Amino acid sequence: MATTLYDKIWQAHLVDAQKTSETGEEGLMYIDRHLIHEVTSPQAFAGLDEKGRKVRCPERIFATMDHSISTRSLALDACGPTNKLQLQTLADNCKKHGIELFPVGHQKQGIVHVMGPELGLIQPGMTVVCGDSHTATHGAFGALAFGIGTSQVEHVFATQTLKQSKAKSMKVQVNGSLPIGITAKDIILAIIGKIGHAGATEHVIEYCGEAISALSMEERMTVCNMSIEAGAKAGLIAPDQTTFDYLEGREYAPKGQHWDQAVAYWNTLVSDAGASFDTIIELDAADITPQVTWGTNPGQVIGVNQPVPAPSDFSDPIDKDSANKALKYMDLAPGQKLSDLSVNNVFIGSCTNGRIEDMRAAAAIAKQGKVAAGVTAIVVPGSVSVKAQAEAEQLDKIFIDAGFEWRLPGCSMCLGMNDDILKQGDRCASTSNRNFEGRQGRGARTHLVSPAMAAAAALAGHFADVRDYQ
Amino acid sequence: MTTGINIHTGSAMPLNQANVDTDQIIPKQFLTAVTKSGYGKHLFHDWRYLDQHEQVPNPDFVLNKPQYQGASVLLTRENFGCGSSREHAPWSLDDYGFKVVIGTSFADIFYGNCINNQLLPVQLTSSQMDQLFDLVENDASAQITVNLEQQNVSVGELSFTFDIAEQHKTNLLKGLDAIGQTLELNDKITEFENNLPEWQKA
Ligand code: SF4
Repeated sequence: MATTLYDKIWQAHLVDAQKTSETGEEGLMYIDRHLIHEVTSPQAFAGLDEKGRKVRCPERIFATMDHSISTRSLALDACGPTNKLQLQTLADNCKKHGIELFPVGHQKQGIVHVMGPELGLIQPGMTVVCGDSHTATHGAFGALAFGIGTSQVEHVFATQTLKQSKAKSMKVQVNGSLPIGITAKDIILAIIGKIGHAGATEHVIEYCGEAISALSMEERMTVCNMSIEAGAKAGLIAPDQTTFDYLEGREYAPKGQHWDQAVAYWNTLVSDAGASFDTIIELDAADITPQVTWGTNPGQVIGVNQPVPAPSDFSDPIDKDSANKALKYMDLAPGQKLSDLSVNNVFIGSCTNGRIEDMRAAAAIAKQGKVAAGVTAIVVPGSVSVKAQAEAEQLDKIFIDAGFEWRLPGCSMCLGMNDDILKQGDRCASTSNRNFEGRQGRGARTHLVSPAMAAAAALAGHFADVRDYQ
Repeated sequence: MTTGINIHTGSAMPLNQANVDTDQIIPKQFLTAVTKSGYGKHLFHDWRYLDQHEQVPNPDFVLNKPQYQGASVLLTRENFGCGSSREHAPWSLDDYGFKVVIGTSFADIFYGNCINNQLLPVQLTSSQMDQLFDLVENDASAQITVNLEQQNVSVGELSFTFDIAEQHKTNLLKGLDAIGQTLELNDKITEFENNLPEWQKA
């Protein structure tokens, strides 16, 4: 029978096929890789300790500090005593249970979804979990990667498995090639705009088509990262030569004859011709324009030259109501042009767009001008290694000369658990993944864009079409 | 482990809104704690308080309306709990006093997190939700009974059945220790690990 990539990974990880109930297949799934950070792990370790249980496979777990750290200082207490306690708790727990940790200041430290792939920890066909919804990022490698809650983190600690129900499958095919100036971020925002913020709920998405195959690994990670913003459990891209070239020689990737065995297996990880999907979506790359979100969920997105929609443009009463609330919160009027909208903050970074290619794309725009008066623009590399590479290429100089701040790696203003936080009424062009109310600060307004679009907004002081800067 | 839930009766709070994300349920500034308790007072912080120090309640927000105090059932709309995987979301709903959340649909991770915390998520159709909202918005004291065993929600003359996966139902009814159950399969897990090719072994 023709099977999908998802079917193959599912089948290869079943420790115990529990039953096929009316509601679908269920089973106990083996977990190959578990990434952890300071925010969602302390209660899981505490639960384990309470029952006197042990971490089953500490060697499959890697920890980093990313969410609640400062981007100005390497001191653990730079963001106050509660942040410090959380970071210290992670360090203590890792030590106690024999888990490798990349703490603040370590060369391998970074946002969990940036550092994992760059170390070669994520490989095709793996099952990967983390107490973090953007674990979907790692699907770029053809790994089944998904976010879990803290109870499940504890379950994986103790058993290296998870009980799972088989999700539905969705194929998202992006045909043709991308126009100049259009990025992976625009692809994924356009997809979410098309299917909606909950459009892929209960599904695992497989992205395919010429426009996807042509993407670099970093761009594929940007696409898969935001699968959760469409409601999907995970996003997958079948591994190919681009994937193998990226992985070869990375620290934790297989070596020597193990590498050959791995590649032979990885080459089998594709959806068979004729495999059936529950849902199929198609897009033409040629139709995608630079995307900007206007509302308070990532599905509320338009092309940079489209007018802000009116509630009456939506037929579904719930969408209408959401549009109404979003316009109010975002202080926007129907029909307004985005290029008329002043921004006073720009954030370039996060697990969506904090990689070296993102830094290069933003720098290419930044070097064409100066940050507009009244705009605070910060660039936060996704990891120590991204920072080092950017500095080797002197991108930091370009940013600083143009008036951007160049910070230390971390999640930063993507969620503002540190002091990188917006004030009431601020309007931000952000390369992160969530434009929810209050996400970057109480009463602050977030517009999601690509790194190049964010840099262009910084120079212009309002949203601008990045294609005018090529 | 907890003892499980079956029948719950209580009054309801109507949160008549779609796409309520976990950043709204419990914002990031409360995620630095390392324990599971004490989040209830911060539930829906941005909507619930007019100031960031939680001194001035927002009188327009449903959680602050006198008639809905003491509610233990939360009514909502589609895609509740979307966004961040933070389990702090069900911890704060539970800590506040909610036992059941009834909505049109739930985000996947949030749904699983509810099950793991003995918070019962009930999915009804949007027209059934319309009827529940109507009723509760007119009569805040209406007592809603949710019967998990029979998969039924009833209040006054209304009675609806709902679907729930067998595995989830059992876990909620019995309050099972999921880890303890899986540990009974230890030999199978070890066998699986032993059968992995050398390069996949940790
Ligand atoms: S960068 Fe943002 S989305 Fe990514 S892991 Fe950090 S907080 Fe989460």
